[in-house]
Amino acid sequence: MSGDSLRIGFIPLLDAAALIVAVDKGFAAEQGLAIDLVREVSWSNVRDKLNIGLFDAAHLLAPITIASSLGVGHVRVPLLAPFVLALNGNAITVSPALHQALAGAADGDLSEPSVSARALARVVAERRKHGEEPLIFGMTFPFSTHNYQLRFWMAAGGVDPDADVRLVVLPPPYMVDSLSSHQVDGFCVGAPWNSVAVELGIGHILHFGCDITARISEKVLAVRTAWATKCEDVLKRLIVALHRATDFINDENNSKEVAALLAAPKRIGVTAEILQRTLNGRLNVTADGVTRTNADYIIVGRGGAARPDSIHAAWLYAQMVRWNQAPLSADSLAIATSSFRSDIFDSALRVSTGAKAVELAGRADPIGTFAGPPFTGDDIAGYVAAMKLAR
Amino acid sequence: MDPALKIVIVDENPVRAAILVDGLREAGYTHVTRIEETTNLLARIYNLDPDVILIDLENPSRDVLAQMFQVSRVVKRPIAMFVDQSDSASIEAAVDAGVSAYIVDGLKKERIKGILDLCISRFNAFTRLTNELERAQTALSERKVIDRAKGILMKTKAISEADAYALLRKTAMNENKKIAEIAQAIVTAAGLLK
Repeated sequence: MSGDSLRIGFIPLLDAAALIVAVDKGFAAEQGLAIDLVREVSWSNVRDKLNIGLFDAAHLLAPITIASSLGVGHVRVPLLAPFVLALNGNAITVSPALHQALAGAADGDLSEPSVSARALARVVAERRKHGEEPLIFGMTFPFSTHNYQLRFWMAAGGVDPDADVRLVVLPPPYMVDSLSSHQVDGFCVGAPWNSVAVELGIGHILHFGCDITARISEKVLAVRTAWATKCEDVLKRLIVALHRATDFINDENNSKEVAALLAAPKRIGVTAEILQRTLNGRLNVTADGVTRTNADYIIVGRGGAARPDSIHAAWLYAQMVRWNQAPLSADSLAIATSSFRSDIFDSALRVSTGAKAVELAGRADPIGTFAGPPFTGDDIAGYVAAMKLAR
Repeated sequence: MDPALKIVIVDENPVRAAILVDGLREAGYTHVTRIEETTNLLARIYNLDPDVILIDLENPSRDVLAQMFQVSRVVKRPIAMFVDQSDSASIEAAVDAGVSAYIVDGLKKERIKGILDLCISRFNAFTRLTNELERAQTALSERKVIDRAKGILMKTKAISEADAYALLRKTAMNENKKIAEIAQAIVTAAGLLK
């Protein structure tokens, strides 16, 4: 290999697809980039190695990019996200016992998150009345869409995630074990772990992440702000390579080849069949083979989804404020939104490919949450206040 | 040195953990506990109520510790990662060695510097030991293959052991390969021709 050498960290999850395909299908080499993809076991490792320069770039949870730029929860290292690797991709899975309890308490169609959230509130109240232990839910990291989606869903039904249930961080590979050994009653995690739990017969997929938030940045390509300035040209070529990779992934003719690339033991290491189904948004939701399909289950660059949208950053920051992870200030909001860099994305793709910048159709609420007021991105205090739990 | 500090080690590798525990005890730290089982990790840590937590970077449970920084009713004492913006060298050395340290917030960094340094040097020593062991094992298995190839050559060409070895070495030099690689080719070929 020749050209500019880059070390990029990733976690073996489906939403690392664009990075893996960019490297293994040769799109990075086409751009003169020799990329060493380094598989990691924890988000803390990915963040730290990016922070101290052992990685040039990383597959990172979108909220960590913001938290690191704000210096919340850890040392402040300004990061920026010039490319969104995936929107959505999570699901909420519950144990068969909890599923049954929710079905019993439901006042309507349990596949509606507002119905299931109210049912959860009743189950929680019932357990408290009988002096039972609070329900425990697993998620992957404090600064993650998984954490925020679980909290958003519960709170919409009147359940206080910090008082009425217990939320615990669990590494994704341990989620399934924890559900089968009854250490947790449910979890919110990315692909392929929900499918694994369903196939073992120990979990029901209750909701896709896109039932809670229709469109939210899940994983981004993150780089240090200082590095982006120093290596602007390399970064732009990396963006072009990733863009080519998402086009390749979204071409139906390539779906078998893409799944095979991702399934390699050194990459995601899960059977190609599950990966292919999940990329198509077709998931078994119960052990007896009930499937559900939603093309928006996971979006890898489709329809301009790779272009960073600062309103996503604003919504994620609003969740940090809502759940007392970060203080509210205009400066912090500005830091959060300016960490999502559509300008670098545009300039990389215009300059190198002549492609015109992709614009999303205007929406009333770009996030599309199932409850609460539409999010406009400007009045964070008002938005958070409107969501206050009625107690 | 502060022998009263309570130290918890989270490391799934029993040998490395033992080396580290021994090192810390030798240095005078008396409250050193190793957590082997990572299920319910937070509850186990809270029960021990440590001042310092050391965890290996190969452990996916590292993310579980991130929850300790959150304001939460379950946390007895706030924990922070051992980071000192003015001392990035020691962070880099730790990550490089494959270990990470967390301390009770407010604890003076100088009080645990010695622990971290000791931890880094023991982790590095362990890595060196593992590499040496691997090299020794590779050398041993290469030795065995070369002996078998020599035997095959001596039998089929009716030559002495010294000549068989000389032939292996010359072929390896000519083909720009390792002797063990040529020997392996001979053993494989002999197996096919059997």
